[in-house]
Amino acid sequence: MHFLQDRGFTLPSSEITPRAVYEDRRRCLRLMAGGVAGAALAAWAGREAMAQMQRPGKLAPLPAQRSAVPGAMTMEKPTAYADVTSYNNFYEFGTDKSDPGANAHRLKTRPWTVAVEGEVSKPKVYDIDELLKLAPQEERIYRLRCVEGWSMVIPWVGYSLAELVRRVEPTGNAKYVEFVTQADPKSMSHLDSRVLEWPYVEGLRLDEAMHPLALLAFGLYGEVLPNVNGAPVRLVVPWKYGFKSGKSIVKIRFVDKEPRTAWVKAAPKEYGFYSNVNPKVDHPRWSQATERRIGEDGLFKKRRPTLMFNGYESQVGQLYAGMDLARQF
Amino acid sequence: MSAVLEPDRPVARARRAPPRSPWLHPAAKPLLFALSLLPFASLLHGAWTDSLGPNPAEALIRGTGDWTLRFLCLTLAVTPLREWTGQPALARWRRMLGLFTFFYVVLHFLAYAWLDMGFDPQAIARDIPKRPFALVGFTAFLLLLPLAATSFNRAIKALGAARWQALHRLVYLIAGLALLHFFWMRAAKNNFAEVAVYAAVLGVLLGWRALRRMRRTRARTAAAR
Repeated sequence: MHFLQDRGFTLPSSEITPRAVYEDRRRCLRLMAGGVAGAALAAWAGREAMAQMQRPGKLAPLPAQRSAVPGAMTMEKPTAYADVTSYNNFYEFGTDKSDPGANAHRLKTRPWTVAVEGEVSKPKVYDIDELLKLAPQEERIYRLRCVEGWSMVIPWVGYSLAELVRRVEPTGNAKYVEFVTQADPKSMSHLDSRVLEWPYVEGLRLDEAMHPLALLAFGLYGEVLPNVNGAPVRLVVPWKYGFKSGKSIVKIRFVDKEPRTAWVKAAPKEYGFYSNVNPKVDHPRWSQATERRIGEDGLFKKRRPTLMFNGYESQVGQLYAGMDLARQF
Repeated sequence: MSAVLEPDRPVARARRAPPRSPWLHPAAKPLLFALSLLPFASLLHGAWTDSLGPNPAEALIRGTGDWTLRFLCLTLAVTPLREWTGQPALARWRRMLGLFTFFYVVLHFLAYAWLDMGFDPQAIARDIPKRPFALVGFTAFLLLLPLAATSFNRAIKALGAARWQALHRLVYLIAGLALLHFFWMRAAKNNFAEVAVYAAVLGVLLGWRALRRMRRTRARTAAAR
């Protein structure tokens, strides 16, 4: 496998605006926007701010630049922030879509560390604030397809997982990456439910993890991640069903064998390790040929056809060349 | 009516105990009818004002399904309640509640066929057998059709009471299938709390009938001896 040489943090630290400064700047802008002249100035200043999406103004801003990664900026209309943050599968907080919204406020996202370990030359426990600055934050607008047959378009903020992978230098034995997510009985109300084994574990093949579209996400809509979406750091693998993208990650392990992931343990006939979005391979209990786009043009809008690899075939198709995708689903 | 009853007054009073059941009030039936339409009105209002959450299609399909189950329980509760409370007048409501069960299951099926399947018969024919829980629900829906179709007095006369009653015992099978449909749908997430509530309610309502039947058979054999 081809790894770029680790050149460390390529952006001089002087380029990073300290949070206090940019937060205060926004406050100033808001004050100025009170007047008509101020409003005009705010619009002009807003152009300078790098985030592309209108911020909902709910959480701390997370400035980002437009991503240059091919396929990372779909032109489709993003799903409304209110829908993205109120229709969630996050079983640690309950299995109903509205449960995380009711319960996830108890999740404590500071202090937070992510332990990177296993088959790597440079294992390290990263503090979340260090991880936030590890590489330049990018805005990426991805389609998200849930295995249940619905989809969204979400403007994430983060950087390629590969940035982190390169820094810890995987050894020759590293074939897979395992993601372990938070399982804290004090803040998570549904860890006693038998639906899955906790902590929730997901995994990728190393070449999948190195693909530039595999995103380590820290925010959405130009702000830090809401708890319901997996704060403070989660994975987003846009060509796979949503459950492959673990939320609230606490550990990343490099291993030589295919990780036993939570859904494979729970229902191996229904959920495979790869779980690539594939309209031609049905779930044993329902068709995957179409999907409902959340919030799309009213109640009577027809379901839309699901795309191979969720529309990312030209970017990721070569990862699976020669594989029987019906068998290795 | 009172004029006709005048000569028998003491007898009539003795038979009607308690004399004035609130269930016999002329407004009771229209009131129940209006109440039964409330869930429909609320779903309609939600769809109209786009207040059914991020996935309104799913909310409508699930909402009509929930109300089908609730009306099925209410319908099956009429006979036991009538005996437990000594209010025979309750029987007047059984047909209306049964027809509302049918009303909500038709809405449930239409919501699925329209919102999920775009009224494409081929897509529906492919989808239902693919999903066991949908197949079970669809079977229950089909079984409910003859019951709804024979719910008026002339049908009872035409069939004869015994045959009509035998046909309408299908509702017990329908209740079991409806519960299985709901259980199977929730099984994917191991989320059985609500399923357990419906199972308990239906268990009591059907269990009571089974017990009553056993007791009657025993009484009859005892009498025959």
